[in-house]
Amino acid sequence: MALLEVNNLEVSFGLRQGAVKALRNVSFTVERGERVGIVGESGAGKSVAAFSILNLISRPGEITDGEILFEGQNLATLSDKQMRSIRGNRIAMIFQDPMMTLNPVLTLGQQMVECLQAHRKISTADARAIAIEKLRQVQIPSPETRIDQYPHELSGGMRQRIIIAIALLLDPVLIIADEPTTALDVTIQAEIMELLLNLCDSNNVGLILITHDLGVVSQITQKAIVMYAGRIIEQGPTKEIINDAQHPYTQGLINALPQQTVPGQRLNQIPGSMPSLQAIPSGCAFNPRCDFVMDECKTRLPEFTRSGGCSVACHMVRAMKQNPETVQPVDSSEEVK
Amino acid sequence: MNAAQPILQIKDLYKRFNISGDFLDQLKFEGGKIVRKQEHVHAINGVSFDVMPGEALCVVGESGCGKSTVARTVMGLLKPSGGSIHYKGDRIDSLSDRALLPYRQKMQMIFQNPYASLNPRKTINQTLEEPVRFHNPQMSNTEVADKVKEVMFDVGIDPSWGVRFPHEFSGGQRQRISIARALTLDPEFVVADEPISALDVSIQAQVLNLMMKAQEEHNLTYLFITHDLSVVEHFGTRVAVMYLGTLCELAPTKTLFATPKHPYTQALLSAIPRLEDNAPSHIRLQGEVPTPVNLPSGCVFHGRCPHANERCKVEIPELIACDDGSKVACHGIEEGRL
Repeated sequence: MALLEVNNLEVSFGLRQGAVKALRNVSFTVERGERVGIVGESGAGKSVAAFSILNLISRPGEITDGEILFEGQNLATLSDKQMRSIRGNRIAMIFQDPMMTLNPVLTLGQQMVECLQAHRKISTADARAIAIEKLRQVQIPSPETRIDQYPHELSGGMRQRIIIAIALLLDPVLIIADEPTTALDVTIQAEIMELLLNLCDSNNVGLILITHDLGVVSQITQKAIVMYAGRIIEQGPTKEIINDAQHPYTQGLINALPQQTVPGQRLNQIPGSMPSLQAIPSGCAFNPRCDFVMDECKTRLPEFTRSGGCSVACHMVRAMKQNPETVQPVDSSEEVK
Repeated sequence: MNAAQPILQIKDLYKRFNISGDFLDQLKFEGGKIVRKQEHVHAINGVSFDVMPGEALCVVGESGCGKSTVARTVMGLLKPSGGSIHYKGDRIDSLSDRALLPYRQKMQMIFQNPYASLNPRKTINQTLEEPVRFHNPQMSNTEVADKVKEVMFDVGIDPSWGVRFPHEFSGGQRQRISIARALTLDPEFVVADEPISALDVSIQAQVLNLMMKAQEEHNLTYLFITHDLSVVEHFGTRVAVMYLGTLCELAPTKTLFATPKHPYTQALLSAIPRLEDNAPSHIRLQGEVPTPVNLPSGCVFHGRCPHANERCKVEIPELIACDDGSKVACHGIEEGRL
C-alpha cells in the first residue's frame, strides 16, 4: 500500500461569480521514502494540492470530490480534532517563507517544546533534549545556546534549517515542502536542498516538493508531477520527464530555461500565459498556447496515455502512440526557431 | 571595443546608509560618559567598473551584496557617499536635479516588481505618455500618441489596450509595459534591476527575448542586475560578481563560466541547480554572509573562503587584470597559489 494515495481530488472555491475549481481530477501516489516533485507555474494549483492534503484549505475553498488516503485513512473526511493528531505529527509541512513561519515573540526552544508537548506526554526537559538533538541534525552550530534565541537573531538560511528541524521533531513519515528555498539565495538554497535530501534519505521519510524550479526537481526528486491550470498533465519518473518530456507544455518549460539555449540566441518561449481559473479554455486547457494543437484539443479533454514510465494527458501523444505515421514527430526545439 | 569610450564609468564608488536613528538614539552610556555613536550599513565599498556601448553588463550576487544599490546610485536615485559616476565622460553624480534632466532622458530604469512599479490609478496611455510630454514639451498630442503606440507595438502590447489600467494585465504584460515606459524616450542606456525575477519561467523567456530584441533594434546598453546566474550566462556580454559591497570578479561571460577564478564565483556557479543527471556537487561555503554593518577586515570573503590565509585577513585585495581579459580581486590568485 502506498504511503499516500490521492484519488480524483477536486477542490473548489465558492466565489460570488460561482464556484472556481482550483484542482480537478488530481491523482497521484507517494511511497514510503519516495521523493516527489510537483512542478508548475503560479496558478497551476500546486500549492492548493499540498494544502488540501493537510486539510489546510480555508473557506471559501473546500474539497468537493475525491479522497486522500494516508496509511489507509481518508484524510478528506476526518474531523478537525483527528486531523490535528496527524498534522505536524505524521505529516509535516515546510512553508515557503522562513521569515513568516516562526513565531517572532517565542524563543526557538519554546516553539519546539510546545510542538512536542502538543502531541506527546513528555516533560519539558526531555522535549528540550529532543529539540537540541534535532537542531544538531540540521547542522545548527552550538544548538544549546541557539535554542534560547529568538527567530530575528538568525539569518534566513538558519531559520529554514530550524523549520526543517521542527518538521522532523515528531519523526513524520511524510514531509510536504512548499517552495522551501524560493526565498533564499542560491548558495544557501543548495545547502538546504542537500540537507533535506540527506535527512529524508536517512530517515526513510517521504517528501513532496513543490517548486517551479525544474533544476531543483531534477536533482532532488525521483518522481515528477507537472500541473497546468488545476490538472495534472504529465507524471512519471523525474529522469524520463526531464530528458524526454512528452507533453508540449513540459517540453516548453524545459526548453524555456536559459541553459537549454546557446548564449546570445533567443530563448524558446511559450507564447501567451496561464489562463485564469475562471476562464479555462474548453478541451485541453493548454490548447491556445500549444504549437501542436489539433481540432480535437479544442473540444475534448485529453485522457491519460501511458508513454514509457510516464502518463501524459495529450491528444497528440495518444494519436502518435496509436499510429505514428499520421502525426508529425515532436521536435519542439527546431519548431520554435 | 576597448578603444571606444565607455558609456558609463563608475570610479571607486562608496555608499553608506546611516542606521543609527535620530540624535537621542545615537547617545550611548559608556565608561561613565555619554558618547555619541553612529552605525552605518556599508552597502558599496570601492566598486569601479566601466560599461561599454552596446554591451549587457550583468551584476550578480546574493541578496545584500549591494547590486541594487549600484543600480540606484547609477540612476541618481541615491547619492553616493564617495567616488564618482561618469556618463560618456561627464560626471553626473554631483549634478543638481535640474542639471541631471538631459541625462535622465538617456538613462532609463526597469524595476523588479511590475505590480508595484506601475501607478494603479493611471491608464497605460497616461503612464507611457507622461515621460514623453515631460521631456518633449514641444510635441503635439498626436505626436505623443503616435510615439506611445509605436513603443507599445514594439513590446507586443496591443495599442488599443492603452485605455486599460495596470490591474487588468498579467505580470508578464505589466513587465512589457514597464519596458515600454523605459523605451518611450529612446534611451541609450537601460538599468534593469531584476526585471524577470517576479515572473514565471515561461514568461521569463518571453521578457528576456523582448529585452534582447529591444537591444538590437534600439542599440541599447544594459546594466542588468540579477541573482539568477543561468540568465546571466545567456544574456550578458560581461559579468561583474559582487560580494558584500565589493567587486570580486569582472570577466567576459564565456570566460567566467568556463574558468571562474575567484573562490566565491566558483561556489556561486557550482550552486546553480542544473538539469543534468550528474551535476557536479556544489562547493560548500562555511557560515553565512556577514553583516555589512561591521565589515570583515581584509578581504570581505575571507571568513567563508576555503583558501584564506593570514594576508587575506588583514589586506584588502585589489582588482588585478588576468591574461584572459578578466579581473579578479583575490590574494590567492595574485600570488599564484590558486
